Amino acid sequence: MDRHYDVVVVGGGHAGCEAASASARMGARTLLVTHNLATIGEMSCNPAIGGIGKGHLVREIDALDGIMARAADMAGIHFKVLNRRKGPAVRGPRAQADRALYRQAIQHMLMSQDGLDMTADSVEDLLFAADGTISGVVCGNGEQIGCRAAVLTAGTFLRGRIFIGDQSWPAGRTGEAPSVALAHTLARLQLPLGRLKTGTPPRLDRSSIDWDNLPPDFGDADPEPFSSMTTSITNAQIACRITKTTPATHDIIRNNITRSAVYGGMISGKGPRYCPSIEDKVVRFSERANHQIFLEPEGLDDQTVYPNGISTSLPADVQALMLHTIPGLEAARILRPGYAVEYDFVDPRALSHGLEVAAAPGLFLAGQINGTTGYEEAAAQGLMAGINAARTAHGLGNVQLSRSQAYIGVLIDDLVTQGVSEPYRMFTSRAEYRLTLRADNADRRLTDLGTSWGCVGPVRARSHARYESDLADARGLALSLLASPNAIVAGGGNVRLDGQRIDGFEAMSHSGIPDSTLLSVFPELRAIDRRLFDQLRNEGCYAGYLGRQEAEISAVQRDEARLIPNEFDYRKLGGLSAEMTERLTASRPNSLGAAARIQGITPAALGALAAAVRAAGRKERLAPGAPLECFT
Amino acid sequence: MIYSASDTIFAPATGVGRHAITVLRASGPQARLQLAALAGAVPPPRRAVLRTLHDAAGDMLDRALLLWLPGPRSYTGEDGFELHLHGGLAVLAGVTDRLIHLGLRPAEPGEFTRRAFLNGRMDLLEAEAVADLIDSETSCQREQALQQLSGALGTIYRNWSARLLRILAQQEAMIDFPEDDLPPEVEAIMIDDIASLQTECERHLADGARGERLRSGLVFAIAGAPNVGKSSLMNTLCQRDVAIVSTRPGTTRDVIEARLDLGGVPVTLLDLAGLRETDDPIEAEGVRRARERIGGADLLLHLFDAPYDSLRFDGLVDGPERILIAAKCDLGIPAPEQMMPISTVTGEGIEQLLKVLIERAQRLAGRASTPGITRTRHRAAVQAAASHLLAGRTTTEAELRGEELRLALRCLGRITGAVGVEEILDSVFSQFCIGK
Repeated sequence: MDRHYDVVVVGGGHAGCEAASASARMGARTLLVTHNLATIGEMSCNPAIGGIGKGHLVREIDALDGIMARAADMAGIHFKVLNRRKGPAVRGPRAQADRALYRQAIQHMLMSQDGLDMTADSVEDLLFAADGTISGVVCGNGEQIGCRAAVLTAGTFLRGRIFIGDQSWPAGRTGEAPSVALAHTLARLQLPLGRLKTGTPPRLDRSSIDWDNLPPDFGDADPEPFSSMTTSITNAQIACRITKTTPATHDIIRNNITRSAVYGGMISGKGPRYCPSIEDKVVRFSERANHQIFLEPEGLDDQTVYPNGISTSLPADVQALMLHTIPGLEAARILRPGYAVEYDFVDPRALSHGLEVAAAPGLFLAGQINGTTGYEEAAAQGLMAGINAARTAHGLGNVQLSRSQAYIGVLIDDLVTQGVSEPYRMFTSRAEYRLTLRADNADRRLTDLGTSWGCVGPVRARSHARYESDLADARGLALSLLASPNAIVAGGGNVRLDGQRIDGFEAMSHSGIPDSTLLSVFPELRAIDRRLFDQLRNEGCYAGYLGRQEAEISAVQRDEARLIPNEFDYRKLGGLSAEMTERLTASRPNSLGAAARIQGITPAALGALAAAVRAAGRKERLAPGAPLECFT
Repeated sequence: MIYSASDTIFAPATGVGRHAITVLRASGPQARLQLAALAGAVPPPRRAVLRTLHDAAGDMLDRALLLWLPGPRSYTGEDGFELHLHGGLAVLAGVTDRLIHLGLRPAEPGEFTRRAFLNGRMDLLEAEAVADLIDSETSCQREQALQQLSGALGTIYRNWSARLLRILAQQEAMIDFPEDDLPPEVEAIMIDDIASLQTECERHLADGARGERLRSGLVFAIAGAPNVGKSSLMNTLCQRDVAIVSTRPGTTRDVIEARLDLGGVPVTLLDLAGLRETDDPIEAEGVRRARERIGGADLLLHLFDAPYDSLRFDGLVDGPERILIAAKCDLGIPAPEQMMPISTVTGEGIEQLLKVLIERAQRLAGRASTPGITRTRHRAAVQAAASHLLAGRTTTEAELRGEELRLALRCLGRITGAVGVEEILDSVFSQFCIGK
């Protein structure tokens, strides 16, 4: 070996950056290897961070002291909390970022991280010890670097291939070479590989767009930062523009549909349904006369505009024709045509809940390589893989978050138990404990846990402890105040006039009492910091549902505790249909709880499995060769 | 209820009553020792042998066929045995006492099947259906058990699940894709759909509990003044070849019950105490209980004595459906038009009465109509789903409505199998153009 590190992270995208930062924060000597140091932290698709579900992930990454939220705050030029008029559980913070500022912020944080080195090279091969554990990586220049654990975050670079119309060439991202050797290495490990595709729209020259005559889309007047460590947003804020396709656009697409790479049958990989190409939208929803497009500037000093909503793999000339039928884009100039990219991914069911490859101890996979899409999904996995790689280097076992603790737990559990059939993206509907897993309480759910793991630095740990104690004080203050229902009604609140006096905390939990009423009836509440005030209100508003979710969580935990051995042979379990057997065998649930979440598993199949798992505990009392012998 | 799996349990495998042979079966970890204590050496597995059974004092109980059925290749998966005894209550009572003395306990209803399920010998649906088949004393019940297996009910539940999935997908689309330009009318349509689904669930629940009635059987009560001939009618009906299953003392002092099969429907026939005003507190209590049973009956066979001039009957004005019967028509006194004349002495009118009873039994049990809810478990699930739908319809918060719909879908999933998030997302993406 030429050099030795505790942890080597391969790839400098959103997964790799979080992994490298987390590993170094955990005290592991860490090396980040990526093709080009200048593209570390690149936003290769849309210039935005967060959203519904995704914003929850960013807040959780922040709660564990990850870097994505702070970078987004430093780079954000258009902040908006989505679903602001809905309840706090489904509000999703989102920001559009200046791509250059975002890159700089990430690179700056990585460079100032103790214990983290970075090197520009490709990784061509992985080295393993005789017992199958990872021992190092081989770089493009032939250098061998030893490690105790490695995190592979190859994104779309595994045998990546770009398609524009009938043209295609190997590439990971436009202008960058794919990782071919690494794909072969993974194939040698006999990891199950699949193929997915995704797409991106053409980039436009801002000066060629009739910008000022299009309706604006403003961000929030009072931008809300992602990170609880950010005190204020200092960048200038911009407005996006909104336009839409026309029937003429759709005609051009229909007339040229066979020239689209996807519809021409050149791509076999499955694309995301929630991010369809404009070709897909026109074909599948032919009754619609137009589709909305958000024109998003890629930066404050950047002339590039990202037209969100028209991802396409039509030939470049058709892309131009199509754009010119869209209001405001009549003279739009394409800086870079849209394209589809097809790439290999590893079936994440080959991973443990720690994101470790079951067949190669010490090797962790994170990000798009596991079949996900999106910066936030990648970063969340990178964070957990980085934490576990560092723990492995320290000789500790993997940690994981449960579905009832975090969206990160939902994400990883979905991946490793269900696998993916299309690029996986987070939605709030994936979280069964949606009312508990809110963006506003991510710190309360995770920061203390992160501190105990060692991935939360002392600055944040102290700040969080102060927050918790301030919150307790604020709750105490609210509890000490009393008002009559008549006073509350007089102040504009809607409560029952039963003569029962209401304390300030109870009043804060009451949906019928607006903020203005609270503050006029209980003027002392004005002393409470806004963030604490909102936190108290949010906690109260689901009180009726939280008891039920807690009961549900403890029931699920009982099932989670009923473990199914990895080698359990479902074919020998009586009473299962072939389909159930196939589903269970494919996802190898590690507990009865995980089995219950597998798509399409029937109560009957679960019943049989539950009985077998219970019987297995006392199998020594059964005669050999009995039908219950499901273990091989 | 004690459900200890370490007990050895036993129960008659044949119905209670008069049979040439009564089969008793036992299952549990101590079965081998207990069988040896009862009948000497344990015979080879699964082979019938003739043995003499003795009581604790050494007196002979019966000469019986017995089978040793070691687990795990047994019905329950546990060690067990079967005794084929001569019919008759005395033998059964003697052997039962002996088994209890040896440490066995009578099985709870369904406990054999439950053990078979827990030991992985059958799946949940199979177990449920088997339980129904075992319980089904009559052909009509058996048909319903089979219908459930083949999924007539399943079709209804799956249809609800599919519709609820679609509604939930609409709700989730509004939550997860607020910027995606969804049609503005979605919310109003969704709330209408929730309401109509809720109504259907409630209507299904209010089907007169027909299915459950079929499972547990109907109750017909015979009532009338003292000495009008209620007991004679009961005996006459029970002596027909209409498969009397059992007679046993009633749960109340003055009520006698018998199980009948009327045209495939199981019916419990009650012979009620003579209803009359009395000063005797014990008899008064009997009358009060009889009135209570009449209130819960599905059909009242109301007997009148010659000269059939009194149609009044205290306290029964609001009672169940009734058939008016003119008893003792052999006395030659003409009966009013609305009464069916019978004589238990000559047998006159009994055939006609049976025909009417069978027709009523089948109508009350709702044979050949839409499947009712048979399983209490299913009923509870539909009930819970309906209440979540109601809550979902009335809340104004999107995420709380989503929560209620999700819970409702999960309730239905307890019957039809769980619905996964992917299916919800499939529905979202097929209904809406998502992806800005």
